[in-house]
Amino acid sequence: MAEIRVQNLRKAFGDFVAVQDSNFVVEDGEFFVMLGPSGCGKTTTLRMIAGLELPTGGQILLGGDDVTMLRARERDIAFVFQLFALYPHMNVRKNIGFPLLAQGMPSAEIRTRVEETAKLLRIDHLLNKSVSGLAGGDRQRVALGRAIVRRPKCFLMDEPLGTLDTEFRDLMVHELRELHNRIRATTVYVTHDQMEAMSMADKIAVMNHGVIEQFGTPREIYDRPATMFVADFIGSPPMNFLGFGGGLAKGAREIVVQGARVAVPEVREDIAPADMALGIRPEHIRFDDASKLRGAIYGTEYLGTTQIVAVETADGFIKARVPAEIRLSTGDHVGLTLSSARLSLFEKGSGRAVRTAIHDVASERRVQHG
Amino acid sequence: MSLTTAHSVVAPSANSKRIAGAIIIAYALISIVPLLWIFATSFKTPPDSIAYPPKILFQPSLEGYCNLFTTRTRQTPEYINSLGPATTFCDETTRKRNMVIAGPSNFLPRFVNSLIIAFGSTFCAVFLGTLSAYGFSRFKVPLADDLLFFILSTRFMPPIAVAIPIYLMYRELGLSDTALGMILLYTAVNVSLAVWLLKGFIDEIPREYEEAAMIDGYTRLQAFWRTVLPQATTGIAATAIFCLIFAWNEYAFAALLTSGTAQTAPPFIPTIIGEGGQDWPAVAAGTTIFLVPILVFTILLRKQLLRGITFGAVRK
Repeated sequence: MAEIRVQNLRKAFGDFVAVQDSNFVVEDGEFFVMLGPSGCGKTTTLRMIAGLELPTGGQILLGGDDVTMLRARERDIAFVFQLFALYPHMNVRKNIGFPLLAQGMPSAEIRTRVEETAKLLRIDHLLNKSVSGLAGGDRQRVALGRAIVRRPKCFLMDEPLGTLDTEFRDLMVHELRELHNRIRATTVYVTHDQMEAMSMADKIAVMNHGVIEQFGTPREIYDRPATMFVADFIGSPPMNFLGFGGGLAKGAREIVVQGARVAVPEVREDIAPADMALGIRPEHIRFDDASKLRGAIYGTEYLGTTQIVAVETADGFIKARVPAEIRLSTGDHVGLTLSSARLSLFEKGSGRAVRTAIHDVASERRVQHG
Repeated sequence: MSLTTAHSVVAPSANSKRIAGAIIIAYALISIVPLLWIFATSFKTPPDSIAYPPKILFQPSLEGYCNLFTTRTRQTPEYINSLGPATTFCDETTRKRNMVIAGPSNFLPRFVNSLIIAFGSTFCAVFLGTLSAYGFSRFKVPLADDLLFFILSTRFMPPIAVAIPIYLMYRELGLSDTALGMILLYTAVNVSLAVWLLKGFIDEIPREYEEAAMIDGYTRLQAFWRTVLPQATTGIAATAIFCLIFAWNEYAFAALLTSGTAQTAPPFIPTIIGEGGQDWPAVAAGTTIFLVPILVFTILLRKQLLRGITFGAVRK
């Protein structure tokens, strides 16, 4: 197992820049997820780490060795593809043993290793079956088996759960994480599904348009989004934005939004007057008739324990997550109270988060890195 | 239509089934009757083969096959009687026609030539076609579209249109009447078909298979050999049949460029007629034997052939 260090990695296809100056470190034994919408460059980054694409610039270090320009087979990594890439002309046993065959391992040893791996993944009863007859979850396990049988330096996975049914998916998310806890292999996992990312990752990098927008733990990314893109991409429903104008002074603890005074975490930098946005998660909104921030109820989505309420305000819709017991009817006017300690402030132009007591310096530096 | 009759969207109606059946039977008769006629003629005696009205029922004889494999000379009855008793069936049949066997005919060597040239050129065309198709499918080839169009354009006119230049060229190069020359020629004609057909098949094989193998420690060539090739077998088989059928049946170039040692069966078979009158049973016997290899090859690979014809129409 090894640490993966990506430095100023860049990839251009002609005029199109797929990945721009990426920097991140996946520590030894960490489960790292690259998250982003399709076309954001996450798969290209993964393929560069694997050696399936060569970077236009930058460096990739694997366990301290520069592997940037090495061939895929010289890197000692394993890759799990979205479509699994199980060889249809081989049975399960041969599929799992295929990487070991390349190393010229004696067949008796291949046999033991394959059987150990199959047992670990609970597919030992399928070893002599053809891969074409397998169910989605089992094909996924075989693909994983082919990856772990070799005990490589790291695992790279490209949306491995993308083609599975929702039901299987939840099961596999659980299994993958459990497997990771057992073998502690450095893993880079690419997905566009935030639930997968949040539930499995030790660290997440959120990518958009070839740029890493934020790099951090799931909690940091959810609670302290570094950009408006991250705030909008993570969370269902996503973070709400309320526009406000004017600058901010260092030390400010209050802003004015739609005529209402809202307490915010202490601002830690001076911001020149510009269009700003107040970011607020749906679960941090409460209904309170005393509040000056007001809106009319537009509709509700009942979710069992909670409900999502869309409120029409002077500055567009806001979605609030409130307990399901509260009885509301469309057209009611309500006041909104925001949990001050959890608010984020953004500069609208750059989309960047303003440094505040909760957006501390430490996370800020990480953002600049990313 | 009564309400109790279920109307099916997918099952054909009884009427359309009958019409389809009639068309298929008519087509089958048109295609198969000439073959059956040739097969039957090969077992007739020469007088039966030219009898009028044609004989449907006849006493089968192997005389045609005897005549196909031998050359014979006419002798006086006295000479034939002076010989010892006939040793083989063919000996006996020939003597009844006042002839004796002079030696083996050229049919067998010509047939062997056909086998060498057709299978040799098929192998070359499929081998080159597979590699080029893989290259076009997987690598960024400069001007790939133009090159592919150029490859296709070699099929825009019938190959025989360039017969004269090829004849002159082959004479200069000493390739006339050689198996190598014919293999090169048929390969050149077939390789464009092979590239296009195989590119379609290889495009359908996800590149993740080779990528997975390359990450797992194999070189590209090993990955191609172990993961792409096994999955392309249907395509390769279908392509091989098409190439083989062309090379096996080709007549015009064979007639023009081969006359002796490298002559193939198609230009040889008609020359049988000239030997000792109109020997239709021998011609039919030659044709029947000529059909066997292609028939066997096609039957062995018929599943692949069917898939080859319909490829791309349905996803596996």
